[in-house]
Amino acid sequence: MSRSSHATLIEARSLTKRYPGVIALNAVDFDLRAGEVHVLFGENGAGKSTLISMIAGASAPSEGSLAVRGEPVTFNGVADARAHGISAVFQEFSLIPTMTVAENIFLGDEPRRGPFTDHRAMVARARELFASLEFQIDPMRLVSRLSRAEQQMVEIAKAVHSDLSVLILDEPTASLTDREVDHLFQVVERMTARGVGVIYISHRIQEFSRIADRITVLRDGARIGTVTMDATSEEELIEMMVGRAIDEIYPTIARDPGPPVLSVSGLHASGVHGVDFDVRPGEVLGVAGLVGSGKSRCFRALMGLEAVKAGRVRLRDADVTGAPTRRMMEAGVYYLTPDRKNEGLQLVFTARDNLVQGILPGIESRGGQLPWSRIRETADKVAERVDLPESYRGRLAAQLSGGNQQKTLFGRGLGRDYDVYIFDEPTVGVDMGARASIYKLIKSLAESGKAVIVISSDLPEVMNIAHRLLVFARGRITAELPREDISESTVLAHFFEEQEELA
Amino acid sequence: MSEQAHSDAAPVRARPVDLAKGVFIRLGVLPFFLAGALIIFTALSDRFLTLDNLVNVFRQSVYLILVSMGQMLALITGGFDLSVGAVVALTSVTAALAMVALAAAFPEAVWLVIALGALAGFVAAALVGIVNGVGVAFFGVSPFIMTLGVSSVAAGISLFLTGGVPVSGIPYEFGNIFGFGRLWGMPVPVLVALVAILAMWVFMTRMRTGAHIYAVGGNIKAAALSGIDTRRTLIIAYGTCALIASLTGLLLTARVESGEANLGGTIALESIAACVIAGVSLRGGIGRVENVVLGAFFIVLAQNGMNLSQVSSYMQMVLLGGLLILAVVFDQVRYRMMMGRT
Repeated sequence: MSRSSHATLIEARSLTKRYPGVIALNAVDFDLRAGEVHVLFGENGAGKSTLISMIAGASAPSEGSLAVRGEPVTFNGVADARAHGISAVFQEFSLIPTMTVAENIFLGDEPRRGPFTDHRAMVARARELFASLEFQIDPMRLVSRLSRAEQQMVEIAKAVHSDLSVLILDEPTASLTDREVDHLFQVVERMTARGVGVIYISHRIQEFSRIADRITVLRDGARIGTVTMDATSEEELIEMMVGRAIDEIYPTIARDPGPPVLSVSGLHASGVHGVDFDVRPGEVLGVAGLVGSGKSRCFRALMGLEAVKAGRVRLRDADVTGAPTRRMMEAGVYYLTPDRKNEGLQLVFTARDNLVQGILPGIESRGGQLPWSRIRETADKVAERVDLPESYRGRLAAQLSGGNQQKTLFGRGLGRDYDVYIFDEPTVGVDMGARASIYKLIKSLAESGKAVIVISSDLPEVMNIAHRLLVFARGRITAELPREDISESTVLAHFFEEQEELA
Repeated sequence: MSEQAHSDAAPVRARPVDLAKGVFIRLGVLPFFLAGALIIFTALSDRFLTLDNLVNVFRQSVYLILVSMGQMLALITGGFDLSVGAVVALTSVTAALAMVALAAAFPEAVWLVIALGALAGFVAAALVGIVNGVGVAFFGVSPFIMTLGVSSVAAGISLFLTGGVPVSGIPYEFGNIFGFGRLWGMPVPVLVALVAILAMWVFMTRMRTGAHIYAVGGNIKAAALSGIDTRRTLIIAYGTCALIASLTGLLLTARVESGEANLGGTIALESIAACVIAGVSLRGGIGRVENVVLGAFFIVLAQNGMNLSQVSSYMQMVLLGGLLILAVVFDQVRYRMMMGRT
């Protein structure tokens, strides 16, 4: 073990990945030694996932080289990488929901007897694996019936089931409770003790002191630096990540709340078990919680995107419970989806035509004729407001960077006058510059007397821009915090409140 | 058999709604459709629920069972195969033409002629299946359009080769054995089907490739990230589908004792209906061989019942289309019930 503990497992030289119109990763060097935990740190869109997808064989670099134990390699797919002992647990799970746990773990590498798959051996080996990892999951269960945390465990079991020298974990703790995180860290320690090198992606800076040996910081696709954990403070890391001090990113938003414009009481929906809250004009209401806490589903239900099972939603004086999305929008509520590509943009339209989509509903046609020149003018005005540069407006949405896509999606909500803006994960996959413009927009909306709701998994974001913060856990609101009570410790405590009680 | 079928049907209606719901979520609409068909046709015709008739139905359903098992593969990958009917016709024509030509060359070697003729049919079908698979896997053509286009190509070739005239003069032994022959008291087509069903069941539940077909349909991205060659898997699925359809083509050719370009005209629709009724999900990833066999049996049973009840063949088309749509609607309801139960 000690013999191999300083051996270099992976050495990447000037890895570059280009997509049409974007450089996702720009000449990044990276190395991983046996027995270490090497953290990749950076914002959404900084290039972390791109880097690991190339190391794991899920995508090919546009330029640069990769060596495993000193041998140059080219991977054609994840099976190649796995043959070199490299396994990854991606953020988007690679499990097949319609298959059992055991089948998933051995998918692509099934134990066989002659030409047949040996199901008995598969289940037995899955049991052994879970026992050695101290996970309690029945290998015969269907993956679609597992909780997110259980699916995470299956993913890890799947990654470690074969001879492993490099384990890649992409935000493994995003949906785990404290106890599950402790468990995961024990597994990671056992792995490193065996000489496995772990690449660990996370946003949770408070975790680093517990497991990290070295940290590489990425920003906008470039490597900012690699530091050792014991020689670097959290503040320094954050500054490396964002490239400026924190107070320059988040604007100060003036608060001038009016009487509630939107009131929700006793709302039940799938994954939402009775929530009550008010939304006021002139303030930013933050909504925090883990993935699966119901924070997004609650608002999707009130927007008519999911079924409301019980409860009431009042908009000004009208009861709009269960109203279809179209009516909610007519009544002045705009919802920005967290999933730009599937739900948000028309990817094959230009950015300008996407903006037009948001303008059309408010336009009166004269004798069936649409006033196209006026529409285009409005679209350009909106584009100015969201800071979308002229040269990008004629490009297809599919070719824009995450930041410009998000600006376009924001712009769609500005094509008409809405009273309530619900922004679900407004800065997911967005670079620093676009982030600043988006916060400026939120500020101008709130200060002009609109009600703004920001639902976010990015804790610093909601903590810094919300005037009032709702914390969701297990489908309920576990806390409503006024500005002065918002701190990382108070919010995190409420994240797990309900779960710890139940456990 | 008749009694057993009856006792299966009755309790479903008698016991609480919850049980029916449970059966529906586990098995889909098939048990309900089967029960319904048995009740309705028994009431309409006294010749329906007899051992003779049911054995007859099973013998007739062989062809659809085979094609449906192939169709199931395409559906499990999350696609379709609309070209199965054209494959049946192309196999029939190619095999018959090859047999006629070879029989002229080697009049003595009948078995060699039959074997090579059948091989010609399989090769033609495999080509069609591979073209489907390549189009879907490598060029990303939607399976609907790919197999619709290929269907037209294959049907066109069959008609072109024959001028629309049946190819006669195939060896007498071929029809005698594979069309009407019996082995150990069982019709040869039935035996062929039983072997194919068993092989398919082993393939889907015991072989690696079968598991990969389920995985590709369940979530193709996840399958790729698990190190599965998704393109190869898709090509195997479409290729196997065409080969099984081709087997049906040969059996039907033996039955009609000539190569015909109009065989298999309605079989694409019928096979999709059989699969969907048997709980194969149109979203991919879900489907069982044994249920599909039963689904195909149900379709032929319903056709037989309608014939006995003197429903005209035009009206049967209307009802079959309606049944397919109804099955898809129930599939949607079932999916929602499954997801809502978390």
